[in-house]
Amino acid sequence: MSKIQDAFAEGKAFIPFVTCGDPDLETTAAIVRAMAQSGADLIELGIPFSDPTAEGPVIQEANLRALSGGVTTDRVFDLVRDLRRDVTVPLVFMTYANVVFSYGTEKFLANCAEAGVDGLILPDVPFEEKEDFAPLCQQYGVELISLVAPTSEGRAAAIAREAHGFVYIVSSLGVTGVRSEIKTDIPSLAGLVKANTQIPCAVGFGISTPAQAADMARHADGVIVGSAIVKLIGQHGRKAVPYVAEYVKSMKDAIRGL
Amino acid sequence: MTNPNGRFGVHGGQYIPETLMNAVIELEQAYDHYKNDPDFNRELTRLFNEYAGRPSRLYYAEKLTRELGGAKIYLKREDLNHTGAHKINNVLGQALLAKKMGKTRLIAETGAGQHGVATATAAALLDMECVVFMGEEDIRRQALNVYKMRLLGSQVVSVTSGTATLKDAVSEAMREWTSRIADTHYCLGSVMGPHPFPTIVRDFQAVISREARAQILEKEGRLPDAVIACVGGGSNAIGSFYHFIWDEGVRLIGCEAAGRGVNTAETAATIATGRLGIFHGMKSYFCQDQYGQIAPVYSISAGLDYPGIGPEHAHLHDIGRAEYVPITDEEAVEAFEYVSRTEGIIPALESAHALAYARKLAPTMGKDQIIIVTVSGRGDKDCAAIARYRGEDIHE
Repeated sequence: MSKIQDAFAEGKAFIPFVTCGDPDLETTAAIVRAMAQSGADLIELGIPFSDPTAEGPVIQEANLRALSGGVTTDRVFDLVRDLRRDVTVPLVFMTYANVVFSYGTEKFLANCAEAGVDGLILPDVPFEEKEDFAPLCQQYGVELISLVAPTSEGRAAAIAREAHGFVYIVSSLGVTGVRSEIKTDIPSLAGLVKANTQIPCAVGFGISTPAQAADMARHADGVIVGSAIVKLIGQHGRKAVPYVAEYVKSMKDAIRGL
Repeated sequence: MTNPNGRFGVHGGQYIPETLMNAVIELEQAYDHYKNDPDFNRELTRLFNEYAGRPSRLYYAEKLTRELGGAKIYLKREDLNHTGAHKINNVLGQALLAKKMGKTRLIAETGAGQHGVATATAAALLDMECVVFMGEEDIRRQALNVYKMRLLGSQVVSVTSGTATLKDAVSEAMREWTSRIADTHYCLGSVMGPHPFPTIVRDFQAVISREARAQILEKEGRLPDAVIACVGGGSNAIGSFYHFIWDEGVRLIGCEAAGRGVNTAETAATIATGRLGIFHGMKSYFCQDQYGQIAPVYSISAGLDYPGIGPEHAHLHDIGRAEYVPITDEEAVEAFEYVSRTEGIIPALESAHALAYARKLAPTMGKDQIIIVTVSGRGDKDCAAIARYRGEDIHE
């Protein structure tokens, strides 16, 4: 079993996301440690990109804050090396194709393996284009996470069959961001995924409240939350650590035992 | 030139969120069907001819030729099309296709506003809802086109993210499309984005070279020595080049916006300063930093102010079939004024980049040689900006 799948071994997984370097890398390091201590089972680390086309305003702004603070891919690798001195939960990068491609895909993945990154999510690389990345991911033991969306229809089965790590179920149309209501038929989408793969699935996009998390966790193996956390960081800046810790704990508590 | 999976050499592809994949697959299937459908083509030809005013003239610019003292210069007058630019060719094609697909709503990005106006026009004509995304900076630079779009019944959304120019308008239109797919077609304005857009837009714009090739053969009994067009994403250029690609003796020259110069950070010349990357759905050349962050590009011309280039151009560059040259703001503004004065034709500032290169090239060629320059649009929209550039404040 891969390290990513370990995150799902003891009940429903809570997967928080943070944009690296927002507002600075020291704060990100403190937030990641606090999230791990507060019950996060796997943590998504966003490497900022200038033009994040799958993100709503909250994460777009976090990307810009991080980049204007001088964050680079190399400095994010340094962050991971520092975190790995004591943080043991699986870490997965979330970034855009050009960040990896431009760095040199092989060099990027070699650094992931060396620094201790377990997986990679590229929201602008669909099933049809994964050959640019998948073979090298496999070679370096970094799991390339596949996404399934409400519009995937006939594609979901094929995507699930070739998926690694976990399947990321996109809960709603549109970009990332808090939603008051999730209208997609998650049970049937998760069912379709589960019928085609043994690996776990987690639902993300639009989830912010403990009630939503519990609702999603009834149908999937994990829940991913990004914008709600990034919003807290946007509000509290360098003082965000206890707020994020408390939030992560409340979300993990909401799905514990389901 | 397109491979089955939407590749032009290594360029192209479909680097988009999973949420959009079925939409582009559906678009590709619909296009593959309708492009060979006689009724669709009849209807499109009727719109081209009766509504947009095609075929556009191939005009022998006698005074320009005489003054420059070299090659004969012909101007392909896309500026005479309805809405004042080549953009209408693509828009009529895509809007008709979207209508056939049962879509009721068009969304579009726009830089200078020409594509936005064209899309708003087609939406009015075909009874479709229309929303145009335009950078806040461009809204300021192109107020007249913003007014036109609203007059035509479209909503104009001001994009404030990033650099608030064309690339951000594209990003915002893509975001909008992921949130509303069922009734909405994204009417992309250039030969860029994910497959099948670069192919669809090229095919609709190829009418430019289909006409120009026949027109020059009729007027001169021979092919031109060079075809010159400006390149942002590259739709008028690929349209101008396409039917000459297999005519090996015809030089194909794309003119990029160098802004304040290719040795400065204030440039949008992708071939001159960019490198291979993946952005806005495609693999191609992009202006970017060493970590792949997309560069905040600059050009005086809002329509060329884009950090990438269409994948087919990237491929034509790789194989050496087309040449790409940078033209600065100053050269373009001078050509804008020169052609206005010399021929009584006020070209779009974008097209002025192509004319600027023709000014350099023509005198180096023989009197028996021929250049076709595509005047992609008319320059009314740019007069206030040029006046400002020259230190004069005019109120429209």
